[in-house]
Order: sequence, then structure tokens, then C-alpha cells
Amino acid sequence: MKRSPVLLAVLAALLVLLPLLVGNYALSVATLILYFAYTGQAWNVMMGFAGQLSLGHAVYVGVGAYAAGSLFFHYGIGPWAGVCLAIALCVALGLVIGFLAFRFRISGVYFALLTIAFAEFTRIGFDHLDWTGGPGGMFLRVAQRDTWDLANFRGPPLMYYYAMLALAAGAFALCAWLLRSRAGYYWQAIREDEEAAQALGINTFRWKLLAVAISAAMTAVAGVFFAFYYNNLFPEQIFHISRSIEIILGPVIGGVGTLFGPVLGATVLTLLSDGITEALAAVGWEIPGIKQVFYGVVLLAVVMFLPNGIWPALARRLRL
Amino acid sequence: MPALDLVANVVVSGILTGLVYGLMALGLSVIFGVVRVVNFAHGEMMTLAMYAATVLFAAFKLDPFLAMLPVAAAFFVFGYALQAGFINPFITRPEHSQFMLLVAVAIILVNAMLMIFGPDARNVQVDYQLDSYELGPILIDKGRLFAAAAAVIAASGLFAFFRYTLTGKAIRACADNYLGARVVGLHVKHLYALTFGLGAVCVAIAGCAMVLLVDVTPPLGPAYTLLAFVIVIVGGLGSMGGALLGGVLIGVSEALAGLFIAPSAKSMFSFGLLILVLLLRPQGLLGRRA
Amino acid sequence: MSLLDVRSVSKHFRGLRAVHEVSFDVAEGGIQGLIGPNGAGKTTTFNMIAGVYAPDTGQILFAGRAIHGLRPDEICAAGIGRTFQIVKPFAGLSVLDNVMVGAFLRERHAANARAAAAKILERLGLGAKRDLPASSLTLPDRKRLEVARALATRPKLLLLDEVMAGLRPTECDQMVAVFRELNRADGTTILLIEHVMRAVMALARQIAVLHHGALIARGTPEQVVRDAAVLECYLGEETEI
Repeated sequence: MKRSPVLLAVLAALLVLLPLLVGNYALSVATLILYFAYTGQAWNVMMGFAGQLSLGHAVYVGVGAYAAGSLFFHYGIGPWAGVCLAIALCVALGLVIGFLAFRFRISGVYFALLTIAFAEFTRIGFDHLDWTGGPGGMFLRVAQRDTWDLANFRGPPLMYYYAMLALAAGAFALCAWLLRSRAGYYWQAIREDEEAAQALGINTFRWKLLAVAISAAMTAVAGVFFAFYYNNLFPEQIFHISRSIEIILGPVIGGVGTLFGPVLGATVLTLLSDGITEALAAVGWEIPGIKQVFYGVVLLAVVMFLPNGIWPALARRLRL
Repeated sequence: MPALDLVANVVVSGILTGLVYGLMALGLSVIFGVVRVVNFAHGEMMTLAMYAATVLFAAFKLDPFLAMLPVAAAFFVFGYALQAGFINPFITRPEHSQFMLLVAVAIILVNAMLMIFGPDARNVQVDYQLDSYELGPILIDKGRLFAAAAAVIAASGLFAFFRYTLTGKAIRACADNYLGARVVGLHVKHLYALTFGLGAVCVAIAGCAMVLLVDVTPPLGPAYTLLAFVIVIVGGLGSMGGALLGGVLIGVSEALAGLFIAPSAKSMFSFGLLILVLLLRPQGLLGRRA
Repeated sequence: MSLLDVRSVSKHFRGLRAVHEVSFDVAEGGIQGLIGPNGAGKTTTFNMIAGVYAPDTGQILFAGRAIHGLRPDEICAAGIGRTFQIVKPFAGLSVLDNVMVGAFLRERHAANARAAAAKILERLGLGAKRDLPASSLTLPDRKRLEVARALATRPKLLLLDEVMAGLRPTECDQMVAVFRELNRADGTTILLIEHVMRAVMALARQIAVLHHGALIARGTPEQVVRDAAVLECYLGEETEI
């Protein structure tokens, strides 16, 4: 464990200095990596720590994005108030899903399918909500891109990069702290054996709800970032099950339940996807779908041969 | 308020489509009931079967009902190989790991189809598609009726297989008690692969029947996966009769929601039903408590 | 004064009379054994005390307070620790972390919980194995871990569910010594369900005997082994004393 802090410090310094070293395109890729590292970390709180498999996390991204986006679109209210509303709504939604599921003792596959159902239900709901633009989408005004307007979260790519870096670093620190605190121990106990956990005085219902609430709140913030970074929101895209799968891929590939797993997984997958695109462009194979086929094959190989993810295997190799 | 005979027509067509849905979901249900793995690539396999039917039709003018034989045979082999080669090593792994495996398979399938067939819709055109039987005020499309009949026959065949054949009984034994089945000397992994193959056959037949009702495009895959989940959970994951009942329920509710509310709201109805069933009767309408 | 007072509790499962009108109490600072042949209702009684399910009728008082119908975590928080007959370690966590989970009930801060857990592990002879994953332990060590985890919640009453089953006689004697020491030094009250007579006779000061869901005898070990009803139903078929 001695080498981890050193590794972390080097990584942090590198990420802070990265904009000096690379151009705008690489910076956008790095922003994307940080985004998935962040959402992966958020999902990991629920699944990796507390053992509750959510396959519908896109619902929190979407609700968060639409909450802050609508405030800005309709009333010109910036994302700082928006993020509060987003968190409040997503926590409420997470608590409703969690309350229903845990009260009715829905677990395992059934719980996972329930989360998908809620995400799909919400997607179709937003398709029919005219206030947010329905299926035609919602577009946020892009006024200027030169100066940093922090109040409205408008600015150059560099600003978004540093914002995402701060979020990812914050999420990492939060998860590291949670894992070492009573909550982390209780969640892991619930994940390993719920009955035994309860016999040790843990109110499993309440602690599972807490995991859902924290995970939903973190994901809501990612949704707000998404809205102000991409400036357009479509229910079909933001709530789609493939968005939920994207969130899960990083931590599963990197290592479920570990701190570095989501970060490593997001990095590997984003670079892989980018690398495949470039390699295919280089050889001139630009058929729609071919990139995802390669991506799927690599995914299959990783899942088959590194069942616990890349990080545990790597950590053993590096003796971290 | 739409006229009563219109409602009756919509209900009948919903039931017939629902039976085809039911056969597709039956495949998922049987696989889960025995192997205890949720096939997240189910809809993608369905779409593959639909493409197979359109290809056979375009190349050899093969009627989709005749195409069922070769497609089913190929899907049996595909399903057997998928289970034996990929899923069997995963049966003791955690759910999220199994999920990721099948998501990878789904990503490969749907994008391979996009590569090969492109994004445009494909279909088959047979002469009886436009014909219909008249039953008083009710018009029944021939294509839809035949598709539903094929689904019912295939489902009955599967019921009979599980009830009367030795292999079917052995598979049910594996589903009831994995350890017990091994103790009495059953080759469980082979039986699992056989089950996945049979689930794939359901999908193959449902897919061939479905091309008579809708055009096929790659994005249909994920949509059918979700649809199959909704159906089996409403009917009871692992229950064979429940899958057919769920299919019919969803078929009818979709058709009615399309008529009374808006066609785009029809799946909201299904997911609402799913949430209700999960909360009130998590084992499904015809399922047993684990 | 009795710490635990079980007052004519009954539990039926679909017409099956698992426990019928059973009453007994456990004195503060005492060691009480609960024995009986298979299917006598021991585990059902145990589970009602531990909060796994509520009794159909009757009351369970702990330190004068009614606890029947509370959830397992509330029972534990009230001061009753339990072990599981089929051990349930948190397999993915280290031995120390397993015990820390229990210690967090009384210690909010990780450092304090860690210190408390380490102390308990030393006491149970698991100190050297604290950093191993719980999944790598042998059965006797797992049983010890089970006890350590329950002790970490600082129970006034410790419920032991066949904690000796599967242990060799020497291992069994070690466990008996551990419990005696616990009882003597900390004043922990113990209620043990046991099949292994050797342990019960060595440890318990009072024994209650269940048969077909009903209490058929109570008394000191010496009294119980001489009781005609007990001899007939229980010792007649199992003579290992």
C-alpha cells in the first residue's frame, strides 16, 4: 500500500499540467475519461461497495441534466442552483426506487431489472413532456466560449476539463473516505452477507438507501455537467440503456468495488474506443458498426480473462 | 371514443402479435429458469433471426415459415456454442459479470448486423400478407394469424419436450436442483448448453414469424431485449406459461395504449405494468416464489 | 435477576408446531444451555430471541424490556450478540475488517473500532491471522471469527448457535475455555444451543431441554442428566456425554 500515494500524487500532477502538454482534441478525450471515471465511481458506491446492481443509472444523469438544463433554458438560472435541484430530485428518485425495492425485498436480477424499468419509464415520460422539448430535445444557449463565466458555467474547453478533473478527484477522495469509514464497512458487510450484517446491528434497509442516495446525488452532478458541456439533451440519448451500460463498463472492466478500478476502466475504454476509431480511419475501413464490433470483442476478452477487472490484476503485478 | 369493432380488431391483433412476443420471451424464460443467467443479448438474437429470414427470402424466395427450419437449426447450434463456450464458465460468477459478458455479445451482434445490413429497414413481401379473414366485424390478417399459430405450435412443442422426454425431464431436474442433478450423474453443462440452444430456437421461430409483422432494423435489438424482460417478469421469470401469458398481455396493452393514448406511449404502459408487477408480485403472475 | 426472560412463546409454521408455550430465563452473568434432539425447536427458539422472526404468542423480555418482534439489528443494538450455526463470514474482507464491522456498533470512528477489533482477535487467538481474507480460514477459525464478530458488538448476552459443531475435542475444549473466561472476566451472559453434550456439560450452569417444541426439563446439568423424561427422549438415543 506504500506506493499508492506516490502513484496518486504523480497522476494528480500530470492531470493538472495536462492542458500545457496537449491540444484541444486530446483535452476533450481527457475530459471524457474523467467524466466516465466520475460516473463509474458514483455507480461503484452502490454496486461495488453496497452490492446493489443498478442497470439504470442513466436515469440520474438524465434527470440531473434536465433539471439544471430546464432552469437555465426557461429562467436563465445558472447551474449552481441547478445542481442543487438536480441532486434533490435524483436523491428523491433514488430513495423512491430503493424504498420500494428494499421494502418489497426485491434483490439481485430483479432489482437490476427494476432499475432498467424506471430508467425506460422516465425516458418515455420525457419523450412526452413538452416543457422540456419532448423527443425534439432541449438546446441550451451557447453565448461565448472565450472567457470563464463560472456563474453560468460557460467557457472554453479548458474550463470544462478542470471542472471535470475537480469532480473526478472529489469523487475519488469521497469514495476513499467512505470506504474507510463506518459506512464503507457496513456496505461491504451487506454486500458480502446481508443476514450476518443485520445480526451485527446494521439496519441494512437504511444503509442500502444511503448508498443509493449518495450514488444518485453524485450521478446527478454528472448530469448537470453533461447538460452544460454538450448543450443539447434528447430523452432518446440521455436515458437510453446504452448510456447506463457505458457508466457500468468502466468500473466492471477496471475492477468493481476498488477505488482505482473506475478510473483505470474509464481510461482504458475511452482510449480503446478512440484508438479503434483512428486505426480504422488509418486503414480506411469506415463502415458503420465496425468500431463497436471491435470494442465488443475486446470487452468480451477482458470480461472472460480478467473476471475481477484490470486493476486487481495490475495491483498484484505492481505490488501496490 | 373509438368504435367498439375497432377496439375488438385492435385487441385481436394485439393477442396475435403478443403470442409471437410470448414465444420470444419463452426463450428468455427457459434460459433463465434453467441456467439462471439473464440473456441480455436476447433481442439482438431476435433481430438476427429476422435478418436471416429476410436474407433467405431475398436470395431464394424462401417463405419465412419455411425459413424457420434452417434458421432454427442454425440458432440451435449458435445457442449451444454460446452457452458451452462462453456462458458456462460464468455461471458461478456474480451477476454483473454475467451481465457484462452478454452485453459484449449484444454489442457485437447489433453492430455486426449494422455493418452487414446497414441502417435501412428490411422486410419480406409475401402475397398472403395483405389478405385477411373476416369474422363478422373483425378482420384478421392472414400473416399475423399464421405467425401466431407458428408461435403456439413451437411453444407447445417445447412444453411437450420438457414434460414428456427424458432429456426434458433431466433439464428440469437441473433447474430444480443443480447439485442434486450432478450427484445423480447428469451432465449439467451439456444440458445447460442444450437449454440455451432451445431458447435460441424459440427466438429463431419468433424472429421468422415477426418479419411478417414488422420491418427489421438493427436498433430493434435492444428494444426487443427490454420487451422480452418486461414480458417474462410480468408473466414470471422461469415460468413457461407465464411467458406466453405475459406476451399476450403486453401485446394487447401495447395495442390498446397505441389506440387510446399515443403509439409512442405504448412502451411506457408496458414498463409501468412491469414496475407494478415487480412491486406487488415479484415472482410474476404465474411464477413461483423462490 | 434474570437478564433474558422467555415467557410462553409459541411459533407455528403452516400448522407445524415448532415451539409451543416455552418459558425459561437466563440469569444475569449465567451460562444457560438449551439442548434437545433434532427438530426439538431449539433453532426456532433461538431465532425468535435473535429477531429473525417474531413469536406467534408469548413475550421475550431482555433486561426487563420487551424485545419480541424487533428486527435482528435492533436486538443486536439492545445488547444481544449471536453467531450462526452455518458460519457466515464476510468472505471478501480481512479477518480484522470482519470484526471491525461488529465493533462499529459501539465505536463510530474507524481507529477506535480497529483497536477494539484487534483486542478481541488477540483474545480469541486470531491475532496473527488478522490480515488474512476471511475466506482463507479453516472451520475452527471461522467459528472463532463468528464469535469475535459477535463479541465486538459488546453484547450483554451472547447467543451461541451450535458453535462447537464440527470441532475436534481439543478445539472444543479451547472454545469452552474462551467462553468461561469471557463469562468470568467480563460477566457476559451466555445462552448456548448445543448438540455436543461434552461442551454443554462443561460450560452450562443451567440447562433447559426441549422436545417436540415443548420444554420438558430444567435444572443443573446434574439434575438434567438424571431426569427420566430427558433420558427417555434424548439421552436414550444419544449417549455421548
